[in-house]
Amino acid sequence: MITLDINGKKLETDADPDTPLLWVLRDRLGMTGSKYGCGKALCGACTVHIDGSATRSCVLPVSAVAGMKITTIESVADSAAGKAVQEAWIAENVPQCGYCQSGQIMSATALLSTNKQPTDADIDVAMAGNICRCATYVRIRAAIKRAAQSLA
Amino acid sequence: MSTSADETLIRASRRDVLKAGAALTIAFWLPQRGAVAAEAPTSAVLEPNAFVRIGDDDTVTVISKHVEMGQGSYTGLATLIAEELDADWKQVSVEGAPADAKLYNNLSFGPMQGTGGSSSLSNSFDQLRSAGATARALLVSAAAQRWSVPANEIAITAGVVSHSKSNRTARFGELVGDAVKLPVPTDAKPKDPANYTLIGKNLTRVDSRAKSTGTATFTQDIQLPGMLTALVLHPPRFGAKVKSFDASKAQAIKGVKTVVAFETPVRAGIAVLATDFWTARKARDLVTVQWDESKAFRSGSAELLARYRELAAKPGASAKRVGDADAALVSAAQVVEATYEFPYLAHASMEPLNCVVRVGAQECEIWNGDQFQTPDQLAVAKLLGIPPAAVKINMLYAGGSFGRRANPQSDYVVEAVAIAKAANVREPVKMVWTREEDMRAGYYRPLYVHTLKAGLDKDGRLIAWQHRIAGQSILSGSPFAAPGPIDPTSVEGASTLPYQIPNLSVELHTTHNPVPVQWWRSVGSTHTAFSTECFLDEIARLTHKDPYALRRELLADKHPRHRAVLDLVAEKSGWRNPRSQDQIWGLALHESFNSVVAQVAQLQRTSDGLKLTKVICAVDCGLAVNPNIVAMQMESGIGYGLGAALSGAITIRDGQVEQGNFDDYPVLRINQMPAIEVHIVPASGKPTGVGEPGTPVIAPALANALALANGKPVRTLPLSSQAITLA
Repeated sequence: MITLDINGKKLETDADPDTPLLWVLRDRLGMTGSKYGCGKALCGACTVHIDGSATRSCVLPVSAVAGMKITTIESVADSAAGKAVQEAWIAENVPQCGYCQSGQIMSATALLSTNKQPTDADIDVAMAGNICRCATYVRIRAAIKRAAQSLA
Repeated sequence: MSTSADETLIRASRRDVLKAGAALTIAFWLPQRGAVAAEAPTSAVLEPNAFVRIGDDDTVTVISKHVEMGQGSYTGLATLIAEELDADWKQVSVEGAPADAKLYNNLSFGPMQGTGGSSSLSNSFDQLRSAGATARALLVSAAAQRWSVPANEIAITAGVVSHSKSNRTARFGELVGDAVKLPVPTDAKPKDPANYTLIGKNLTRVDSRAKSTGTATFTQDIQLPGMLTALVLHPPRFGAKVKSFDASKAQAIKGVKTVVAFETPVRAGIAVLATDFWTARKARDLVTVQWDESKAFRSGSAELLARYRELAAKPGASAKRVGDADAALVSAAQVVEATYEFPYLAHASMEPLNCVVRVGAQECEIWNGDQFQTPDQLAVAKLLGIPPAAVKINMLYAGGSFGRRANPQSDYVVEAVAIAKAANVREPVKMVWTREEDMRAGYYRPLYVHTLKAGLDKDGRLIAWQHRIAGQSILSGSPFAAPGPIDPTSVEGASTLPYQIPNLSVELHTTHNPVPVQWWRSVGSTHTAFSTECFLDEIARLTHKDPYALRRELLADKHPRHRAVLDLVAEKSGWRNPRSQDQIWGLALHESFNSVVAQVAQLQRTSDGLKLTKVICAVDCGLAVNPNIVAMQMESGIGYGLGAALSGAITIRDGQVEQGNFDDYPVLRINQMPAIEVHIVPASGKPTGVGEPGTPVIAPALANALALANGKPVRTLPLSSQAITLA
């Protein structure tokens, strides 16, 4: 059994140690907000926070994160930055198909947690790992700035 | 406002994987209406037609016959009902309609239910306004009766029914009990557009909150009791079959239920069914398969291109003829020729293809972000030997599609059912393709070669235009095939060229090979907009004409919508103002799905190279029901088209697709996204398409700017294949 610290709760899983965290979240814990998009850490749809850092969960063996602080889209709104980002996403009508947006929000929240006033260049660097096939990027930029403003 | 999709989840604890007492739960999907009925059988619901329900709790539920795959259809359709009802937007939610071709057919498709062709709003516009007006009339009658006042003295504003003379008001819910007893009127008239209060406003999308909180339910998210996850192995080459396979190692893995071979009309393969994705994935990688490749496709993109180039040099089947282009080319003072080449393209939606099915003895239940309900029902019914009505489809959000989930052969839905049938399981089966299966299983935008010739007279005037296209037909062999040698989707945009040229010929060579092809956001326009608009700019450069002025001249006094869009993009971009040498702009104009779009791509020369800083977009899409969503769709189309133009290419070598994931099939990322300005031509009447028409215009606009910047035309996509990169 592996003990996990997910969204402030201690949970045990009997998943094989090599199981990526994404599939423990989705298939074993029923937390389907984090998405499967590529399985190779190329698209960012599976992004969660590990000890506050945006991390791709689709290639991360669950055994590697035992005891670390895991935050997912399901509880990102517990932080001021996460709440501000979600509200900005809604205000800017960012999501279209919406499938990538949990990952986008996790990356944006991690960015704002370390950089209170990101520039366009900062946003490009922090968000370039998150693909959106609906190309909502113009609104993602606007929403991150809106969230930054609301947190200031 | 919210969607009710997220309310269809009930929560049941799964203690086997959790420490006792842990608060986390696993969500199971249950059909919403069944759940509601079981809990509150006595509540009154006003349901005057198939598109709207009003509860005595004041909720207005709009039933969407179209899938929500990103384009805002749920919001747009709900706006039409809410407008006619004079509802408060906050009381409105949307749920996906069941599969029922009689009630929910796409009026622009005929007797079938499905979403596509940028038609969701346009085909529903009259239908849903009437549905809303009917519901409104019932509420008004119920209030008139209750208050004993004339119906024409009753007003509804933002969900409140009122009679001002007697100072009485009622919420919708209070009137539902009376309204359900009244006969449903057949003559309720939709509003005068002058009185619109919601149409034309930037209402918040109904799905924004669920999709910003991770609670929106996609096919990938479905969990059902006992459900198995199926991972598949497809053959490495199109047309191969399974000769034999060894699954002994896979079967030994704990959690694996069974490993089966399956075959559908379009594809064969192996499926591993297990308790969950990762178990199935690990087991799948232990299966060894001997493929029968005796009938498999062994050619490749290079061979196809060589053959298509030869074809495009020869006369083809006539798709459009005006005057005599051949004769005019002979008599022309100057002839210009160019050949354009386009690769196969994958849709590569964020949600890899998947489908959840439960195959029963005499029925089948499907959970899917389903874009093609009627063809999917028919195909599944045929496979199982049951009536189409016994195939129930539960509608979910689709994580993108761009055409892929509207497959004329229902390939992925049928595959999921074929797997469940081959495995002979009664449990629900969630078939999940990995990204690699999604990218390699075919159904691409076809590879095309276009050769264009133009004849100019001694004054440089365009007197002849010959356009020859070679490539596979999307519709051929499908239930949608047109009679005759011309697949309209191969030539649309070329055969509908708006420019007034006295001698014009559009010809088609339809080729055949086993690579599966399909519509891809904006279909024929994905290639015809590029070849026609880039070739026109080649003529402009040759004759030293301004690209805007040449288009304006060739539109002559025809096509007022094109002229207005062209003028708007010129005005908003400042096209006619002088600009610095470092500012290099390209222009393109194209009509698709009854909407006209023009874009100016603005390149800036920087120390790092050419940078696409901004795109100015003008669109005439008829009545803009939600201008913000129109802008979103233009932005989205530009981004989707730009990614393909920069680096999109599926290439085939010796029958094998060379790409498999986002590392070798790069798609647009945020650092490549330009700023975008969208300007909408004010229009009344009905809405026309917005989901697709923004897509095909960016590639030619960008290529026309690059041709100026580099002094060399762009005739082959993607740009990466020509070693052209942007800063």
